[in-house]
Amino acid sequence: MSFLHRHPRLRLAALLSAPMLWLVVAYLGALAVLLVSAFWAVNGFTGEVVREFTLQNFRTIVTEEVYRNVTLRSLGVAVAVTVICVLLALPMAFYMAKVASPRARGWLVIAILTPLWASYLVKAYAWRVLLANDGPLDSLIGTPGYGLVAVVIVLSYLWLPYMILPIYAGLERLPDSMLEASADLGARAGRTFRGVVLPILVPSIFAGSIFTFSLSLGDYITVQIVGGKTQLIGNLVYANVGAANNLPFAAAIACIPVLIMVIYLTAVRRSGALEEL
Amino acid sequence: MRHRVLTSVLAAGVLVLAGCGGGGDDGEGAAAGPGGLSVPKIDKLASLGAGEGTVNVIAWAGYVEDGSTDPKVDWVSGFEKETGCQVNTKVAGTSDEMVTLMKTGEYDVVSASGDASLRLIYGGDVAPVNTDLIANYSDVFDGLKNKAWNSVGGQPYGVPHGRGANLLMYRTDTVKPAPTSWGAVFDANSPYKGKITAYDSPIYIADAALYLMKTKPDLGIKNPYALDDTQFKAATDLLTQQNELIGEYWSDYTKEVQAFKSGDSVLGTTWQVITNLAQADKAPVEAVLPSEGATGWSDTWMISSKAKHPNCGYLWMNHIISPKANAGVAEWFGEAPANKLSCAETADKNHCKTFHAEDEAYFDQVWYWTTPLAQCVDGRTDVTCKDYAAWTQAWTTIKG
Repeated sequence: MSFLHRHPRLRLAALLSAPMLWLVVAYLGALAVLLVSAFWAVNGFTGEVVREFTLQNFRTIVTEEVYRNVTLRSLGVAVAVTVICVLLALPMAFYMAKVASPRARGWLVIAILTPLWASYLVKAYAWRVLLANDGPLDSLIGTPGYGLVAVVIVLSYLWLPYMILPIYAGLERLPDSMLEASADLGARAGRTFRGVVLPILVPSIFAGSIFTFSLSLGDYITVQIVGGKTQLIGNLVYANVGAANNLPFAAAIACIPVLIMVIYLTAVRRSGALEEL
Repeated sequence: MRHRVLTSVLAAGVLVLAGCGGGGDDGEGAAAGPGGLSVPKIDKLASLGAGEGTVNVIAWAGYVEDGSTDPKVDWVSGFEKETGCQVNTKVAGTSDEMVTLMKTGEYDVVSASGDASLRLIYGGDVAPVNTDLIANYSDVFDGLKNKAWNSVGGQPYGVPHGRGANLLMYRTDTVKPAPTSWGAVFDANSPYKGKITAYDSPIYIADAALYLMKTKPDLGIKNPYALDDTQFKAATDLLTQQNELIGEYWSDYTKEVQAFKSGDSVLGTTWQVITNLAQADKAPVEAVLPSEGATGWSDTWMISSKAKHPNCGYLWMNHIISPKANAGVAEWFGEAPANKLSCAETADKNHCKTFHAEDEAYFDQVWYWTTPLAQCVDGRTDVTCKDYAAWTQAWTTIKG
């Protein structure tokens, strides 16, 4: 023991080696394999991977119009889901953090978290039944049917807790005295929200949006279940791995959301939201 | 400083992994399609030993029924009791999925259609079959033995399972009059716009080609799996136009059953078994074989070259084409059985007649799923045909 005690650097290395190994081998390693295999090709007949360097996959993605359309559509869905989640989460989180009694607060947090315990698939299939022709929603207010709108609705439902929790955490740190000070200075609710609450919450909102945005960008199961004929980036990846057995091309497609997320995270980093995670 | 360390660690990781990745099995791989392509040399099983206690099966929905769907539909429990081979089933929705799953080496046997079987054989994923070890093989219809999709150079790579046609299903309460032509799913002015469904696989392009073959003879399509540039464009254009009419594509059969039951889909391609399941769920649906004929399948049970349970695999292949089991599958899935003696075992004595089990002239009208190749499979040598990779690419574009 005293040996380790006298060598703090060694101690640190021993402590960090396991998680570092995980990070480098399993996490970054998988990304590296993805990048490398994106430059391979596949034999069209036997489906064997041909390990020769080629840019063909990326050329196809850039030149074929369909991939641009699907990318833009996926981006649109991710943005719409994020915006809807923010709009729903703000009042809910505010009520939980500032209005509800401490006892009710605990129950509300549980209520927000419980849906996360149910299987993703069960929830998506439940929405398929809800949205069906002559289904419950149809008899109440009418259903948009299976398609892009249904995808946005279901994804917003699925990822809402990931937006509420960081905003709730951000609001809890906001001292009540600041709201009171704002009121004492004559600001109405709207002005207080814009001038005091929102600036403090921006990093929390960005933190939540990282979850909702990236989860929406990569989703393919919800789209398959309620998306009708819609395809997003995730479906193209799935179709190329699961159906066409073209792993290299799937890897090349998978680089699109990775690239989008890198750009997004760089932008978010400037807002300081990464410290909120 | 911190950044530089991280970057160098990352770079080292990438290099190491790139190195590992490149070194693998480079020996195989770059071979082209048939014509110059040789079959990997794999030995067939010489003699049958004791069962290993388990067999892992990849099958089409409805091919492996143990009574859990319907207590009366069960040809697995008896086999398990008799041989001690526990049957684990993985249902696949498309041929492509089957090929991908077989490549994992986790499965022993697969019910491959003609658009998967050759890819599996040339990919070295399945082993030749020693038919001497399969007692029921001698009772299989001669019309199904040693065909281009289940054997190479007279060596069988599997046992024939059965064959049938893709049908057109419709809701009897909304679709009037009853459709008789595939034109119903391609009509740009269809009153059922938004409620039409189609099979979600590149092989569906052949359905459009078949329709064009009968309705636009000047395109000169002789085989829906051999399409040159002009013919291929005509087929994909037809499907792009059809995309406007589609509510959703299906490859998961449970999804299609549910969609027809709720009325989200009212018209589209199906398999007989899906119609049976939907009717059992009280959905008002019927299925017809349209006047143009249809695409279809002739399936083969194949054994993996990496099978961990080869003896149970052989026992399964023998069992599934035994008269009783084969008759059971044929009736449940709605196809023609492969075993001559099955026709005497079906509950509906007319089954073999209804599904044309012995009617080779009928099956001349059915275009079995086949892998499209650059060398046209209809024998033309003056043009190059679109291969399956092009079909896959086009299918993504069609869906938009």
